[in-house]
Amino acid sequence: MALKPRTDDIAGIMASLIDLANPTRFMRFSAVVLPWLAAIATLLIVVGLYLAWFEAPADYQQGETIRIMFIHVPAAWLAMMFYSMMTLSALGTLVWRHPLADVAQKAAAPIGACFALICLVTGSLWGKPMWGTYWVWDARLTSMLVLLLIYLGLIALWRALDDPSRAARAVAILTLVGFVNVPIIKFSVDWWNTLHQPASVLRMGGPTIHPSMLWPLLILAVGFTLFALSLHMVAMRAEIMRRRVRTLTILEAERLDRLAAQGVPA
Amino acid sequence: MSGLIDHLGPHAGFILASYGAAGLVLIGLTLAILRDHAAQKRALDALERRGAGRRSGREGA
Repeated sequence: MALKPRTDDIAGIMASLIDLANPTRFMRFSAVVLPWLAAIATLLIVVGLYLAWFEAPADYQQGETIRIMFIHVPAAWLAMMFYSMMTLSALGTLVWRHPLADVAQKAAAPIGACFALICLVTGSLWGKPMWGTYWVWDARLTSMLVLLLIYLGLIALWRALDDPSRAARAVAILTLVGFVNVPIIKFSVDWWNTLHQPASVLRMGGPTIHPSMLWPLLILAVGFTLFALSLHMVAMRAEIMRRRVRTLTILEAERLDRLAAQGVPA
Repeated sequence: MSGLIDHLGPHAGFILASYGAAGLVLIGLTLAILRDHAAQKRALDALERRGAGRRSGREGA
């Protein structure tokens, strides 16, 4: 008996999620949530950048170049987070064949790719003054480059197939296969001897960064995450509309064909 | 600007280039997504104005 309210709660939450997963409800929900999400993201990014540039001290070894960390690290996290989100959506596509999962998958790929690109470019610009080279084929850098290439491959595959549901299934399979790279990126610095430093925030035993640098980093990470989720929501809305446009165009063409066959002017 | 570059020390170019590149990529991504959203909305509105979803042809058949 004691479990019953809990079961009801879980059933209620599941029912709400299923309700939200309806594209029409998602359009209504996102229209309400988007302005707030974008506003909070902007506020956090402004505060985070102020702290990163004017409050955080220079590093005792790396000097002022440590300021690159404040965009490099959130970009790396988001590149991996968006890929993980795409993997969950891919399961939604393959297991439940849910159209909103297809939409979420497709909308996430360019955003994740942009954060992977930012991570690689800023890492390269940080590497030159600190390591003496823009690029080295070590496990962390190479696996992040592979992630960017997987993102680009998935975007190309979406564009190669006209039928959205066929494209979604093909992309979902490739996304699941590519997910093996995400733990490789995360643990590459532990498994192999890399020029890239080991984890200093998300690690057993807690962060090794001083709070004066950790707080701006965390605020910016949350700010960029909310910003990326806002972009994802707008991109999902655009994708839902694109599918409606496709369906309505087909319906219109069929209607005009029927009218033409009956000799009725359109 | 020169004060900022002096403050950032000998690696100012790398720091500013990092922020510049990240800014450009994010602005480009945001504009691309907003333009796509606006284009789809325009196309959908135009189809709905033309009554593309109505099934009058089918009913008549």
